[in-house]
Amino acid sequence: MAITMSPQEITAAIKAKFPEAVLDAKLEGVIDPFLKIAPAAILEVSRFLHESPELSFDYLMCLSGMDNGKGMLGVVYHLASMEKKHKIVLKVEVPVATPAVPSVESIWRAANWHEREAFDMIGITFTGHPDLRRILLPDDWEGHPLRKDYKVPEYYQGMKVPY
Amino acid sequence: MPATLLEQVKTSTGRALRSEEMIINMGPQHPSTHGVLRLELVVDGEIVVDVIPHIGYLHRCFEKHSEAMTNYQQVIPYCDRMDYLASMNMDWAYALAVEKLLAIKVPDRVEYIRVIMGELQRIASHLIALGTYGLDVGAFTPFLFMFRDRERILDLFEMTCGARLLYNYIWVGGLSHDIPPGFIDKAKAFCKYFRPNIKECNDLLTYNEIFIKRTANVGILPKDVAIDYACSGPMLRGSGVDFDLRRDDPYSIYDKFDWKPQIGTGEVGTVGDCWDRYMVRVREMEQSLNIIEQALDMIPEGEIASAIPKRIRPNPGEVYVRSESPRGEIGFYVVSDGSGTPYRVKARAPAFVNLAVAPEICRGYMIADVVAIVGSVDIVLGEVDR
Amino acid sequence: MGLLDQKFESGNVVITTVDNLLNWARLSSLWQMQFGLACCAIEMMAAAASHYDFDRFGVIPRATPRQSDVMIVAGTVTLKMASRIKRLYDQMSEPRYVISMGSCSNCGGPYWEHGYHVLKGVDRVIPVDVYVPGCPPRPEALMEGLIKLQEKIRSESLVKKSA
Repeated sequence: MAITMSPQEITAAIKAKFPEAVLDAKLEGVIDPFLKIAPAAILEVSRFLHESPELSFDYLMCLSGMDNGKGMLGVVYHLASMEKKHKIVLKVEVPVATPAVPSVESIWRAANWHEREAFDMIGITFTGHPDLRRILLPDDWEGHPLRKDYKVPEYYQGMKVPY
Repeated sequence: MPATLLEQVKTSTGRALRSEEMIINMGPQHPSTHGVLRLELVVDGEIVVDVIPHIGYLHRCFEKHSEAMTNYQQVIPYCDRMDYLASMNMDWAYALAVEKLLAIKVPDRVEYIRVIMGELQRIASHLIALGTYGLDVGAFTPFLFMFRDRERILDLFEMTCGARLLYNYIWVGGLSHDIPPGFIDKAKAFCKYFRPNIKECNDLLTYNEIFIKRTANVGILPKDVAIDYACSGPMLRGSGVDFDLRRDDPYSIYDKFDWKPQIGTGEVGTVGDCWDRYMVRVREMEQSLNIIEQALDMIPEGEIASAIPKRIRPNPGEVYVRSESPRGEIGFYVVSDGSGTPYRVKARAPAFVNLAVAPEICRGYMIADVVAIVGSVDIVLGEVDR
Repeated sequence: MGLLDQKFESGNVVITTVDNLLNWARLSSLWQMQFGLACCAIEMMAAAASHYDFDRFGVIPRATPRQSDVMIVAGTVTLKMASRIKRLYDQMSEPRYVISMGSCSNCGGPYWEHGYHVLKGVDRVIPVDVYVPGCPPRPEALMEGLIKLQEKIRSESLVKKSA
């Protein structure tokens, strides 16, 4: 039986189980309500969201790396439930100096390639990922292009890169 | 091989080989990989033990370009080039995302034309998918027949916006051109011409004994694996999951038409094999024809450019919008910081996510089956690599 | 100058130069290497399909570079792919020709300004004979490019080394 929960009910369920994990919740006045979760707790919160019968978030729609500026990198998780038809957005923020986030690949296998791409483009290392290497750029590329302070290299393997 | 040499041979993920295994490289240039995809096959004789896909040979920096453009509308030609076989659907998904950010509503005529173009594009894309799939398993004639039918659709597109492949037609807030006089009659004539051709395609390829032997019971994708890997589109529906974004996460005016999502039923094999995914695409073409015919009858008069904003400057915020492209769920996560340029645009491409399941479903089959399985996933490297 | 096989005047005997004969043979059966990279590949396939038939020019697609005469580089060349293109070009046996199809392989195309992973023109790694502009070029434009290549071959000489 499918009962779609509202963002407030989902937030209440997470806060009841993990009171310190939810750092912030913006549910009103935005197009997509989101919750800011502490990086260390994201794996447990994800497992709860995936396995709880009322929440049943079994579909990871999208996982994006973000350069939030001011020395912080972030990861945004868009989750949906096929059966209950509700959606939620989780956000995680880490500093540039230590960009380590636990990997959720063990919960949603779809995260495998998404996390590799976030590592490739933004440089966030996902701890516990079975195979974290570059996916889109060549293995000997230097730098993470989607960061705001990225400089295009002049030459790559003898080929001139800029026009 | 002597023990020391054997220890040195490892795949690129660090997996060591047993002495009866070999690595075969289906390199970036290969007639059956639908573009520049590299598959590293670990085989035990002819049986595939592991498949390691390498992508990124067509990485064209879409997300960096979208941050550098001076205008939200300027991102649309780059969206075209992501999935170049379904450009209308790519443009539409991005336009939906930005329109949701701006909270604008487009006129009715625009919605009807967008649906007509989107469904025509779906038929064109499925025609290529089925034609090249036949080519992969060895049938040359259906490829030529489907390209002939696709030329008629491209004539319709060229009549409207001047381009055959990459249209830049669906803009944020409306369309770039109105449909010209004579379009509706020509489109109705096309629908009448094309419907018997689906039966011709079924006679030639779908129920052909050799095709069934190549694709039935091959590459079986179970339901729970498909959902775990976030597959979408015909990949998901071919495994028996009744989920179509046009009905279940509705956008635009699809609720006004009479159509049904098609699901794989394991008709000549198991549910979730390559034949099921192929059949879902064939049946979807017919449903698209139904939608187009209904839309052509119901299209209202009106303006198409009245909602196009002169200056796009959304409030700071973000949105994730998903829509149904011929390959699955195309999602755009657009983050705005209040200026006229997007802060971050992330494109969730269906083929990127669907391809990740290929190693799971290729295990235990032969090398020739890998070609059939990768063909049934229907990848377009432009959107896998963005 | 008409095609050589139209010149049978005196009973199945044709008098011509060796240059003409060789050039006629080479330009009438240019086997192309099936090498589509991106969107231009679809227009190349459409040119080879039934509406804009390529077979009437003697052009058939071959899967391997070892059996082909002309490589139509159709689509964007990225830095990751560039070394493979060079290797494929080296594997073709002479006389070999290259047609650069589309904006991306001519000069980087729409990705010229901010594309950090795009090679700005395939002529940075291999020598190109004919450039076909367009994004993507229509099949008729590709055929015009092929006819220009045929004219280039027609003016080749055994004595003078080709570029």
